[in-house]
Amino acid sequence: MRHTLAVLVENKPGVLARVSGLFSRRGYNIESLAVGMTENPEISRMTIVVEGDDRVLLQVTSQLSKLIDVISISDLPPSESVDRGLALIKVAADTDTRAEIMQIASIFRAKIIDVGAETLVIEVTGGKGKIRAIEDMLDRFGIKEVVRTGRVALHRGTKTVGGEYR
Amino acid sequence: MTDTPISGAKALINCLKNEGVDTIFGYPGGVLLPLYDELYDSDINHILVRHEQCAAHAADGYARATGKVGVCLATSGPGATNLVTGIANAYMDSVPIVAITGQVPTPMIGNDAFQEADITGITLPITKHNYLVRDVEDLPGVVKEAFYIASTGRPGPVLIDLPKDITTDEFEFTYPGRTYLRGYHPDVGIDEDAVKRAASMILDSECPVIYAGGGVIISDSSSELLKLAETIQAPVTTTLLGIGAFPQSNPLSLRMLGMHGTKYANYAVQESDLLIAIGARFDDRVTGKIDAFAPHAKVIHIDIDPAEIGKNVRVDLPVIGDAKTILQSLISHLQKMQTRSGAWLGKVGAWKKKHPLSYVQSNEVIKPQYVVQEIHKACPDAIIVTEVGQNQMWAAQYFQFENPRTFITSGGLGTMGYGFPAAIGAKVGRPDRTVIDIAGDGSFQMTSQELATVSKSKIKVIVAILNNSYLGMVRQWQELFFDERYSYTDISQSVDFVKLAEAYNLVGIRAEKPSEVPSAISEALSADRTVVIDFVVDPMENVFPMVPAGAAINQILDPGEVA
Repeated sequence: MRHTLAVLVENKPGVLARVSGLFSRRGYNIESLAVGMTENPEISRMTIVVEGDDRVLLQVTSQLSKLIDVISISDLPPSESVDRGLALIKVAADTDTRAEIMQIASIFRAKIIDVGAETLVIEVTGGKGKIRAIEDMLDRFGIKEVVRTGRVALHRGTKTVGGEYR
Repeated sequence: MTDTPISGAKALINCLKNEGVDTIFGYPGGVLLPLYDELYDSDINHILVRHEQCAAHAADGYARATGKVGVCLATSGPGATNLVTGIANAYMDSVPIVAITGQVPTPMIGNDAFQEADITGITLPITKHNYLVRDVEDLPGVVKEAFYIASTGRPGPVLIDLPKDITTDEFEFTYPGRTYLRGYHPDVGIDEDAVKRAASMILDSECPVIYAGGGVIISDSSSELLKLAETIQAPVTTTLLGIGAFPQSNPLSLRMLGMHGTKYANYAVQESDLLIAIGARFDDRVTGKIDAFAPHAKVIHIDIDPAEIGKNVRVDLPVIGDAKTILQSLISHLQKMQTRSGAWLGKVGAWKKKHPLSYVQSNEVIKPQYVVQEIHKACPDAIIVTEVGQNQMWAAQYFQFENPRTFITSGGLGTMGYGFPAAIGAKVGRPDRTVIDIAGDGSFQMTSQELATVSKSKIKVIVAILNNSYLGMVRQWQELFFDERYSYTDISQSVDFVKLAEAYNLVGIRAEKPSEVPSAISEALSADRTVVIDFVVDPMENVFPMVPAGAAINQILDPGEVA
C-alpha cells in the first residue's frame, strides 16, 4: 500500500541527508520525495511517498520521529487529500506531428512551454496516472527526455498539518 | 556569566562546567590547540588516552558506571574518525556520551583541507543527533541541547563538531537555563489505560515471565522491578545489558536468556503465557528463531522508544514511557493481587534444579569459568567490565550480579577492545570501587596501548585475561560448525602479557595452574597500580549452553549435543 507523508522539519543544512539516510539504512523505499520551505521560513515540508504495509508505515513514522529535526509527521490518506506532481516532457515534433501533439496536450490541460524546430517541451501537472497517460499518448512521437518532480500533497478542506508549530 | 567577550574555547569549558562535567577523555591535535590551551588551566580532569577510540569507550564506561553523561574529545580528521567505533558502540547500547571533535576552520570546510573529515556526515547513522557549529554565538545553545538530548528519553551519543575558528572567535557568553526543541519531546508521560490493561493481563496470566533489559538500569528502576516481580510472583530473566537490574541471588532470578543464557530462562520464556518486556528490544541474540520465540505468550512491551514496538516481534500491548513511572503505576494497580498458585514457579524451580550452569572443573588446567567464580568470591562488589567473545559470556554466566551498573559490556555492537578502556572510564567515574576487566587475549590486544594511560594517569584497574591463545568464540564456532578448521584464530605465543605490563611500569602476574588462581587475584587486589593477570586457561573450553544460529531458544544445547 502507498502512503503519502507530510513531514515538517527544521529548515537547516543536512536535514534532507538525515531523512534520506534513515530511509536507506532501514531499508524503506521512497517512491518520491519533494522538499520546500513552508510559509514559515524556519520550517521545511517534505512530502514523502512510501510503499509498505501498516507495520512498515508505523516503523517509518516512529523512526522519523526520532530525528531531532523532524517536527511533525502526518499521513495523508488519498480520500482526504489532494496531490500533484509535475513533469516536463520533451517530445519529437515536426510540422506533420506538431498539431496533433498540441491537441493531446490540450486534452490533458498540459502547457507547451518551448517550441523548437524538432521538439516541443510539454509541462503537465497531475496525479501519477494522468502523467503516465500523457506519456503513453506521446510515446509514439518519440519522447526525448522526461523530468519529474516529487509529488506534493495537502489535506482537503480546513485541515492542516503540524498546526501548533507553524 | 560574563559581560566581557570570551573565546569559544573558554566558552566551551564554561558550558561543560555548567553541565556538571568533571572529566574528559581525550587526545589533542592541531585544530584543538586553542581548546587544549584552555584545558591547561581548567579544573576539569582530562584523561589523556593513547588512541581516540578509547576516549569514546572510556566516556561510555564512565557513563554506564555513573549514570552521568560521558565526554570525549578528539581532533579533526583521523582523530574524529577514530572515535567512530566508540560512538557506534554507545549508540547501539543507548549510552549517553557527548563527543566533541575539532574541525578545520569554517572557511576551509569542504576543501579537503589537512585533517579534514566530514564527521557529522560520517556519524549521522550512529548518533542520536549531531551538530556542526558554524557560529560561536550558537555554541552555548548547542552544548545545552547536546547534553539534554544525550541524557533524556532513550539516551545516546551526541557529537559536536567544532571548527577551529569557532574556538578562537570571541563573544559575550551566557549559558541558557533551559532548552526547548520543537521536534524532541522525551517526556511522553504514561498512558494510564495501557497500564491498567497491563495489570489485567498480568492478573489473567498463569505463567508470566519478566524479560528485563538495559532500559531498567538506565531508568533506575531496579527496585521497582524487584517489587513488581515479588508482587506478581513472576520469574525474571534479563538480557546481557539487563544484568544487574535484578539480583541474581533472588529465587525469582532466571539469570540471562538467549543464545548463551540459562536453559531454565529459555524454557520459561518458551512456556510462558505472558512475557513482560521492560526496556528490552528483542535482539536476535535473545530471540533466536523469531517465529518460534515465546510461542504461547502475549507480549507486554514497556519501552520509552516507540520505534522499538513491533520492530522485531508482534506486541499485544505496548506501554510507552519511562519504565520507572510505568512500573510504579503498574505496581499500584496490582496491590490487591491474590497469591498466585505455586504451579508455575514450581515448574520453573524444577528446571533451575535440573539444568544449572555447569562446567567440568579440572585440577590440571585452569578453566575460565573457575577464574570468574574466584573473582566473584574474592570481590563480589566489583564493577565487572568485559571484552567481547567467550570472556564476555563466561563473565555474564559465572559472576553473580546483585546491583545495577556493576556489569559493563558491549552488547549491541559487540566491540572487541571495548573492555579495557571502558574499565578505565568506569574507574575514573567510580574511584571508590574495584574495577575488573574480564578479558580475552584477542580483545585485550586491540586496545592494550591504554596501559600507558593507566600508568601515566595512575588509574588502577585489574585486567584479568582468560588467555586461551585463540580468538575463542570464533574458534568455538569453527570447531562446532566448520569441521574444526581453525582458520586464522590461533593467536598463541604472540605476546608475554606479564612483560607487557611491566614494560608500562605496571604489575603483571601469570597463573598457570588452578591452585594459583586465588592468590593471583588477591595479589592483584592489593596492588597499588593496574595489574594484568595472565590466566593461562584451557584453550579448547567452549561457552555452553548454546542455541545454534537459527534455532528456537528452547533448543539450547550442552556440550556433546551439538550436531
